[in-house]
Amino acid sequence: MSSDTLAKVPTAPEIPEPADAPRIVPQRRYGQWAAAVVVLALLGFAVNSVLRNEAFHWDVVADYVTSASILRGLWLTLWLTAVVMVLGFALGTLLAAFRLSANPVLRAVGWGYVWLFRSIPILVQLLLWFNIGALYPQVLGVKTVDLLSPVAVAIIGLTLHEAAYAAEVVRGGILSVDRGQIEAAQALGLSPGRRWWRIVLPQAMRAIVPPAGNMLIGTLKGTSIVSVIAVNDLLFSAQLIYHRTYQVIPLLMVATLWYAVVTSLLGIGQHYVERHYARGTENAR
Amino acid sequence: MSVMVDIRSVHKSFGSLDVLRGIDLQVRAGEVTVVLGPSGSGKSTLLRTINHLEKVDRGEISVDGVLMGYRRAGDKLYELREREVLRQRTRIGFVFQNFHLFPHLTVLENVVEAPVSALKRPRKAVVERAHRLLERVGLGDKADAYPRQLSGGQQQRVAIARALALEPTLLLFDEPTSALDPELVGEVLDVIRDLAAQGTTMIVVTHEIAFAREVADTVVFMADGRIVEQGPPDRVLGAPREERTRAFLAKVL
Repeated sequence: MSSDTLAKVPTAPEIPEPADAPRIVPQRRYGQWAAAVVVLALLGFAVNSVLRNEAFHWDVVADYVTSASILRGLWLTLWLTAVVMVLGFALGTLLAAFRLSANPVLRAVGWGYVWLFRSIPILVQLLLWFNIGALYPQVLGVKTVDLLSPVAVAIIGLTLHEAAYAAEVVRGGILSVDRGQIEAAQALGLSPGRRWWRIVLPQAMRAIVPPAGNMLIGTLKGTSIVSVIAVNDLLFSAQLIYHRTYQVIPLLMVATLWYAVVTSLLGIGQHYVERHYARGTENAR
Repeated sequence: MSVMVDIRSVHKSFGSLDVLRGIDLQVRAGEVTVVLGPSGSGKSTLLRTINHLEKVDRGEISVDGVLMGYRRAGDKLYELREREVLRQRTRIGFVFQNFHLFPHLTVLENVVEAPVSALKRPRKAVVERAHRLLERVGLGDKADAYPRQLSGGQQQRVAIARALALEPTLLLFDEPTSALDPELVGEVLDVIRDLAAQGTTMIVVTHEIAFAREVADTVVFMADGRIVEQGPPDRVLGAPREERTRAFLAKVL
């Protein structure tokens, strides 16, 4: 209850306090103080050692952090993440619909997909797609190797992987919507499309956004795995430089800084998206 | 007066549980029918079969002369496509026990949604009408509130306004006051009473005996999936003929 509602409550007639009313003394929390001091000391020690360790070569980091090849790698990482998220969630939503379908065949296929692609390590999957030419040398008379560039392999592999997880996130979101909402929409004569876009999805989004935000950040950093198939992402660009200059640590710091910056921005974005979908709920502001 | 709802030998079971075991009921246009009965007697299921939220296993239901959910061809009934069922439903207002307002939409958007998206009415006219309907249920100042900010009684009145927005020929109420705190029941019954006075055809499933006595043209008493007896409230509630009815009334009165 807010203080102004309390203020409107008429005050009770003053009852004189007995002179010998005992004073209340809050418990002293010495343990909390001690824990805070220890943790701050350790933190200060760690930060100090990082900043003063010459081997980090922060001057080299500063030289490379906005260099053209790093920025090109960052750009590839960003759009690869965006493409994979969009395609992954589109396919994932379709799979969630399969898993919730009344059709037992679709349900089984949806379940099987999620089982399969959650079982295969993403690294193995990328290498499989990269070497798909060994399994299918030709597709429709075209050499498979010519058909699939490393970037195409990265998009396919990451999307298929992402979709399996997205399917579960979307399915969980749909299940979180009260069954009565759909019934009410049916009773009002709303079409299936309208029910989905206007009634179910906006309410499901409240349960979908937090894990989807998690997945987005995970995917952003997860794309760094495509460096194994020589796709020029942020990490691979840093690696190309340190293979030449041997400044391994500073260039890993360059990549890390950019991942941290983008992750922070995405976290802020997620906050606003969550607030949007909290309309009408107790958490709304 | 003409028959608005015509229910003929309707059967419905959930698995091995027979919920409706041959229901015949006619509701005349402009009348209020109140359905009473113990829990599990099938009264809510019957109400839900009328707008085809629940499919019947046998029998047929017509509303305003239109067969609900099926198309007759020869001696067979073919299930209608969903689009056609949805269109049929827009002529019937349904009020749920737990309101089922859309929590992410404002009160006004809740009321405006169906006429605009299901009936393709022009939004401006629908919004004007929605404001009038909200005035009518006493919530003219709550148009921009979200359902969660309202009391249960206010939410149920919004739900009634939402049902009325489709200009239905029939209103169905499924225990509209059962989820409400006792002090909020009156405001919802007032609205229903008001609608009755204006000649709206209604079927109300409820436990409010006093309300049934006052507002109903016909009281239907159900038990174990059958209609035990029906008639004017004075007769059914005042001088019930069946032992089942007497036993039920002795418990609730």
